[in-house]
Amino acid sequence: MEFTSVVFYLLSAILLLAGLRVVTARHPVHAALFLVLAFFTAAGLWVLLEAEFLAITLVLVYVGAVMVLFLFVVMMLDINAETMRANFREYLPLAGLISGLIAVESYIVLGGQNFGLAAPVAKAADYSNTKALGRVLYTEYAYAFELAAVILLVAIVAAIALTHRRRPGNKWRDPATQVVVRKEDRLRLVNLKPTRPDTPVEDEA
Amino acid sequence: MITVNHYLILGSLLFAISIMGLFLNRKNLVVILMAIELMLLAVNMNFIAFSHYLNDLSGQVFVFFILTVAAAESAIGLAILVLLFRNMRSIHVDDMDTLKG
Repeated sequence: MEFTSVVFYLLSAILLLAGLRVVTARHPVHAALFLVLAFFTAAGLWVLLEAEFLAITLVLVYVGAVMVLFLFVVMMLDINAETMRANFREYLPLAGLISGLIAVESYIVLGGQNFGLAAPVAKAADYSNTKALGRVLYTEYAYAFELAAVILLVAIVAAIALTHRRRPGNKWRDPATQVVVRKEDRLRLVNLKPTRPDTPVEDEA
Repeated sequence: MITVNHYLILGSLLFAISIMGLFLNRKNLVVILMAIELMLLAVNMNFIAFSHYLNDLSGQVFVFFILTVAAAESAIGLAILVLLFRNMRSIHVDDMDTLKG
């Protein structure tokens, strides 16, 4: 067996075990940590598929940001792990049946021929996946790329607007009233005549 | 020799596992969100496998956009979760019956 096959089977075994532990873990924190393992292993598989940029993006964005967000929320909430798993055994047969059906069906569809796809020709040594992806992303998919940026902006605004709350005791200023203020509202020019004391003030000392 | 089928079957097994997760943890909203992330990972695996074996970058561009949308989705999902917990002191799915659905 060649080396890439060994790596593939090893990584996919880890990935499937981590996935199983995500859905069966007793506590959500453990589930989140196994999900980190699953994402990391999937990134390894993507490197095997020569998608280096996306593999690194998966580690940076998912393991670095989204999973930290998950862990943060899980630890912030007070979750009673036992009541959450009350009917765990009761659901197990149905869950096993349906997921087994999905697995068997997909094996029937995907198991035989490989769609006439042979192994791809190896890329040149100086081929850069990031460069090629960037070239496509900024030319052919530039419009979709900007839409994705807008979606991220909407997500930021939505997440902040949802979780933001105004506490009663806070001191705050309304920026709108600050902006519409004119000079005449705040500033009074007083025209004072210069006055001179009648007699020069003598120094007492 | 690893063919595209190996990756497709791996993706479908991962998808089946996450479907199982939806069934097993139907009380726990956090784990349901995690199972959805796992499903998206399985789908992305298919995209990248085909992108590699067809020698076509479009699959990777799709995965890029799916990652973007998934990040946005999980951020908003977790924000809603925090809001729910703040209002109901629980994230138990059975408690969410205010709409009488």
